[in-house]
Amino acid sequence: MSDTDGRRWHDMGGMPAGPIPMEGHDFALWEKRVDALMVLCGNKGFLSVDGLRRALEDMGEDTFEKYSYYERWIASINQNLIEAGLYTLEELGTRMAEVQARGPTYGEANNG
Amino acid sequence: MPHDHHDHDNLSPSGHPFRPDNDEPLTYWQTMEIALREILVEKGHLAQADITAQIDAMDARNPSHGAAVVARAWVDPDFKAQLLADASTASRDMGFDIGPMHLVAVANTDTIHNLIVCTLCSCYPRNLLGLPPDWYKTRAYRSRAVSEPRAVLREFGLNLPDTTTLRVHDSTADMRYIVLPARPAGTDDLSQGELAELVTRDSMIGVGLPRQP
Repeated sequence: MSDTDGRRWHDMGGMPAGPIPMEGHDFALWEKRVDALMVLCGNKGFLSVDGLRRALEDMGEDTFEKYSYYERWIASINQNLIEAGLYTLEELGTRMAEVQARGPTYGEANNG
Repeated sequence: MPHDHHDHDNLSPSGHPFRPDNDEPLTYWQTMEIALREILVEKGHLAQADITAQIDAMDARNPSHGAAVVARAWVDPDFKAQLLADASTASRDMGFDIGPMHLVAVANTDTIHNLIVCTLCSCYPRNLLGLPPDWYKTRAYRSRAVSEPRAVLREFGLNLPDTTTLRVHDSTADMRYIVLPARPAGTDDLSQGELAELVTRDSMIGVGLPRQP
């Protein structure tokens, strides 16, 4: 999408696009947890909806095409929480390695 | 059923198609979600019970909540006036948790049809309808709902007469819309509860009409 008209990629209203894809899906537990984390962290004042959107919009168009909705959300939540000083990148990286070592599926990795 | 999908086979109790179990290979983003959540809980920023309770609260929200509001507006003119003046307060008065959201109800009539979209992201009256359907968040819907809404409605099977005025409302994070569909003809004898059964999710987004009795 051109930015010559001052429009950013997420400002999609009125742009040409194809048929509406009608298929849907039920939400997986991890997606519901991401949604809950956003609401709760918002209620606690750790991040705002504007903060969530700012990080989502800065990810750019490729991210929108490549990653799913809640994948983008957890990336944005994480960026906001690190900026808010709730934990460090090092703490996150260490914990992610521990989580990954627990098992090959979400269910196993969650049972730490 | 609160949801009205176009494929009625094989739907989960929430009205969405079933999704595979959580036994696929762990992804990078799932790993991040687990790690982030554990750190927040360990540091005392959140309690795991709060997360579970929030998921339960969100799971409990579904289009039947919006349908109850619509059906009351159909039978109670004073409530309808209140809803159109301040939908957040009117919905709260019925016991629904609207949060800080500014909710605006837009009424369909014989000559006016309303449609809601969020061109910038995915804002949706989630406190009354539950989480938005996937198509609501797609590039196609977000882009085209404001430029060729009649063509979009035809894809949902809704052919509006040319004489109907179509109004499209673009939501923001702080101000969200819900459509108050017109009460179907021939429903004079129905109770408020029976009327609510006619109100579909899609009719409150504006891509559909209520069921006929």
